[in-house]
Amino acid sequence: MPEAALPERFAAWFASRGWSPRQHQLDLVTIAGAGRSALLVAPTGAGKTLAGFLPSLIALAGPRRTKGLHTLYVSPLKALAVDIARNLEAPIAEMDLGIRVETRTGDTPSHKRSRQVERPPDILLTTPEQLALLIAHREAAELFSGLSCVVLDELHALVTSKRGDLLSLGLARLHRLSPGLTAIGLSATVREPDDLRRYLVPQNHRRTGASPPPCGEELEMGVVPPGSGQGHPATPTPDPSPQGGGEVFMADLVVVHGGAAPDLRMLETGRALPLAGHTAGQAMPAIYELIGRHRTVLVFVNTRLQAEYTFQELWRLNEDALPIALHHGSLDASQRRRVEAAMAAGQLRAIVCTATLDLGIDWGDVDLVINIGAPKGASRIMQRIGRANHRMDEPSKAYLVPANRFEMLECRAALDAVEEAAQDTPDARLGAPDVLAQHVLGMACADAFDPNAFYEEITSAAPYATLSWEAFEAVVDYVATGGYALRAYERFAKILRGPDGLWRVRDARTAQQYRMNVGTIIEATKVKVRLARQMRAKPGTIMPRGGRVLGEIEEDFAETLTPGDTFLFAGEVLRFEGLSEDEALATRAGPGTDPAIPSYAGAKFPLSTFLAARVRALIADPFEWDRLPRQVTEYLLQQRRRSVLPGAADLLVETFPRGGRYYLTAFPFEGRLAHQTLGMLLTRRMERARLRPLGFAANDYGIAIWMARDPRERIAEEPGFLEALFAEDMLGDDLEAWLDESSIMKRTFRQCAVIAGLIERRYPGQKKTGRQVTISTDLVYDVLRKHQPDHLLLRAARQDAATGLVDVGRLGMMLRRIQGRIIHKALDRVSPLSVSVMLEIGRERVYGEGADEILAEAEAQLLEEALA
Amino acid sequence: MTRGGAPLSSNEDAILALGQRLERSNKLPGLTLAGEALSLDLSGGLWLAAHRTLVVSDLHLEKGSAYASRSGQFLPPYDTRETLACLHEVVARLDPACVVALGDSFHDSRGPERMEPGDRAMVAALQEGRDWVWIAGNHDHAVNEGVGGRYADTLALGGLTLRHEPVAGAAEGEVAGHLHPCGKVAMRGRAVRRRCFVSDGHRLVMPAFGAYAGGLNVRDPAFDPLFPKGFTAHLLGDGRVFAIGRAMLARD
Repeated sequence: MPEAALPERFAAWFASRGWSPRQHQLDLVTIAGAGRSALLVAPTGAGKTLAGFLPSLIALAGPRRTKGLHTLYVSPLKALAVDIARNLEAPIAEMDLGIRVETRTGDTPSHKRSRQVERPPDILLTTPEQLALLIAHREAAELFSGLSCVVLDELHALVTSKRGDLLSLGLARLHRLSPGLTAIGLSATVREPDDLRRYLVPQNHRRTGASPPPCGEELEMGVVPPGSGQGHPATPTPDPSPQGGGEVFMADLVVVHGGAAPDLRMLETGRALPLAGHTAGQAMPAIYELIGRHRTVLVFVNTRLQAEYTFQELWRLNEDALPIALHHGSLDASQRRRVEAAMAAGQLRAIVCTATLDLGIDWGDVDLVINIGAPKGASRIMQRIGRANHRMDEPSKAYLVPANRFEMLECRAALDAVEEAAQDTPDARLGAPDVLAQHVLGMACADAFDPNAFYEEITSAAPYATLSWEAFEAVVDYVATGGYALRAYERFAKILRGPDGLWRVRDARTAQQYRMNVGTIIEATKVKVRLARQMRAKPGTIMPRGGRVLGEIEEDFAETLTPGDTFLFAGEVLRFEGLSEDEALATRAGPGTDPAIPSYAGAKFPLSTFLAARVRALIADPFEWDRLPRQVTEYLLQQRRRSVLPGAADLLVETFPRGGRYYLTAFPFEGRLAHQTLGMLLTRRMERARLRPLGFAANDYGIAIWMARDPRERIAEEPGFLEALFAEDMLGDDLEAWLDESSIMKRTFRQCAVIAGLIERRYPGQKKTGRQVTISTDLVYDVLRKHQPDHLLLRAARQDAATGLVDVGRLGMMLRRIQGRIIHKALDRVSPLSVSVMLEIGRERVYGEGADEILAEAEAQLLEEALA
Repeated sequence: MTRGGAPLSSNEDAILALGQRLERSNKLPGLTLAGEALSLDLSGGLWLAAHRTLVVSDLHLEKGSAYASRSGQFLPPYDTRETLACLHEVVARLDPACVVALGDSFHDSRGPERMEPGDRAMVAALQEGRDWVWIAGNHDHAVNEGVGGRYADTLALGGLTLRHEPVAGAAEGEVAGHLHPCGKVAMRGRAVRRRCFVSDGHRLVMPAFGAYAGGLNVRDPAFDPLFPKGFTAHLLGDGRVFAIGRAMLARD
């Protein structure tokens, strides 16, 4: 590839700042200059964003082309878009480029939006939802006809969800409106960069007639670490696809390797860790001490509950009154903005945060990242580590803080993975039908569409490349009249096919409905938490008005509260006083009150398949144990003495009596979601086998089922009984029967129904309560399931369930893996390994600080029993 | 979590235990109102054996198509069919001489026009060989022809007065619908919400029978003036009807 030279003005600007352009920045200029698309994979601090914009800045600085939108930037976070706009100001002003940059987010006032369509800026920064609205605009064809470049930031994070499906369809439309468009994807390191390379370019160039760059090139920067799976030589494309048949269309790949290896370790407190629990209470003094010794620390936790707990504990220790802040998704948006601003201004020493800060603005001054609890995934932990020190040539410093002994194993596995730079990002998605339904209505709002051309366009988007014509027709039929076998709604059709064969939207009201319902993020129904005031004259009487809004809690959680309950929220202990319309009223609880910690879930990630396999391997290989903390080794030795330690591919099943009941425990290490599904299905089968199961508990590592009959006799008497119990065919009828009546499925269905426009999205201030919506979708689900079980939305919900909350895919993998590898141990009492999952029993709601003590007590009893 | 799909929770155990206790003390899920024996059917219908009369309230037929015509929301158009199928099951089981539809039988006055021919035939088949009374409701007061049976504002049956909307200060023995009562039991972080009958021994408010009919929590202030001295809610469980005192019922 010919070396690109920067135009003089740019070279001078780099020089004036004492910088020299990095190789990948120059490469992007070359590739985009040749009109080709590219994926830039680089660690944080590599100047990724500037690289993404450099080709556009150079083009816009050149001889003035016709006015109009030149470059579109899409980011998953609107805060990021705003921040990028600010960062672009400097080079544009300093080089006097005269380029107009604007943002367009949900906060942009409507007059500015209309103006942006009439007189578009040169560069527009926006989000996937706003892009969906823009391309559904009547003027979209004109607005985007001159678009040269689209930059997709944090692409690795976008493509794993329905937002990624929506964006892929938007991108397909942009490629069609502006043939020859250059797409630049910016991504952190991922397992399969080829998935993202395909995402960027149309998958059927020939059919769409766009001018195809017939090959994708790979450029490798830095040193290729061995075993990273990315070191293969440039792939000449098109090449025969593995499925045989068609060609492969991919964007060019630019990889920036290296940067300094992170300085990552496990925090050793020298104290014994509990067998279960996630609060890491014992580590708080050590964490506080680390905060004291660093400039700015990001403390990541996995759930909002943990965030509240950690924040509370750190302030309890905070004798030096260090400025420590809290940041999670339930807090009021303005409060989060204040925390972000204070952080950017260098006023904070630490922020306790959840995944809300996984992505986002460069903080600059963060010099330490602490991750409390299990890392759950290697790629996730690397992302978080990358939040410290945004200069790639200096090592990022981070600590992993395990909260229990199992998490020590998981942390060890994660440290190994980071060392090898191994990645475990998820597979590419199959596009969701409900998202496609939303898009079809949107495109009918933009302009009349010809179904054949539209089908070609949709299948040019990678997630929808395998969509059949019949499936496409079913979606169009759904959008038009609901897709029902009983053709009851023909005369109300939302889109209509004219004599010219084109589909058009029915009326302006339908278009308005589309605009109100765009997007794929379905928030759980929430209620505001408002600080109420006690009446001075009458203590105990609450004045309903006037207090400040502290944030929001899930309605489901609010419903379980009764007046007088205390809970941790926004870093304070609050007393619930009652519900008033759609608000939860609370007062500050007196000092020293033990809070009932909220059970609101927040983001909870299941253990990644990759880390799970490593944990199993660690346990199976005693030669690896010297790398583990001694308390873990001792624990494993106890397990080997009392029962057995399974091999890396084995499934250990233990059975034992306890307290008048019989227990069966199993350790697949496949994550909580898959285990919950396994528990549901196993108990069904055990019911049929007349073992009289009574309940089960699951965590990331295993399940425990308790029952009224002794399974040990059956297992001994009937050869193959366990094998049959764990046979793969449980994913057939049993799964179907369970799914149909499960509340998880109803919730999933509701989300699909909202995305696909069957149920209208609610907005704050609307009178209808979330409860009504929930109930009506449950009723709708029951009726639809009975009368048209193959309906589009039921299929969409099942597709979601397979990978999402039910994780059937992973369960299936496990069941295949363990065939012929079940190791059964009949014990007369609970084993050390089983104790860990037994401790999950009854942990639905944990009370106050006493919780861990109570758990520790229960644990001590169980342990005594196990080791007696 | 438990077997059989539904998450196991101790409160479900508690509800079941409570139910079993009630079952022992009160063998038949029935009660007496103005001297008439009422059986509360698990389907949500009221069976008056002495009169061989079945009362069902708030069918809201054609609610799905009402949404489609008014707001462009295409709910599955099977609600009428589903409601009639449930009604058919009760009618086949009890073989009533008379069926009373206690108002809001159609979601709106144009409902009968929009009904599919198959559903219309189903109504006719249900009506065959028995008396059928459509009580006027607030949604369907304008419906007074074209779907068989006879029409009335109220109906007196023994000591009972059957009307759609309960009237404050009504004499003892009022049976009404309109409010779509639901009861919720919440314990240890889990909640069960079900349609229910509500009674204080003076009047009875029936649950909605329609497949798409929503529910109003019995702790809503709308119920207060009707039951000034409290009430018992009879929740429709999966296997039978459970009598739950007001104190055990949670708000939404």
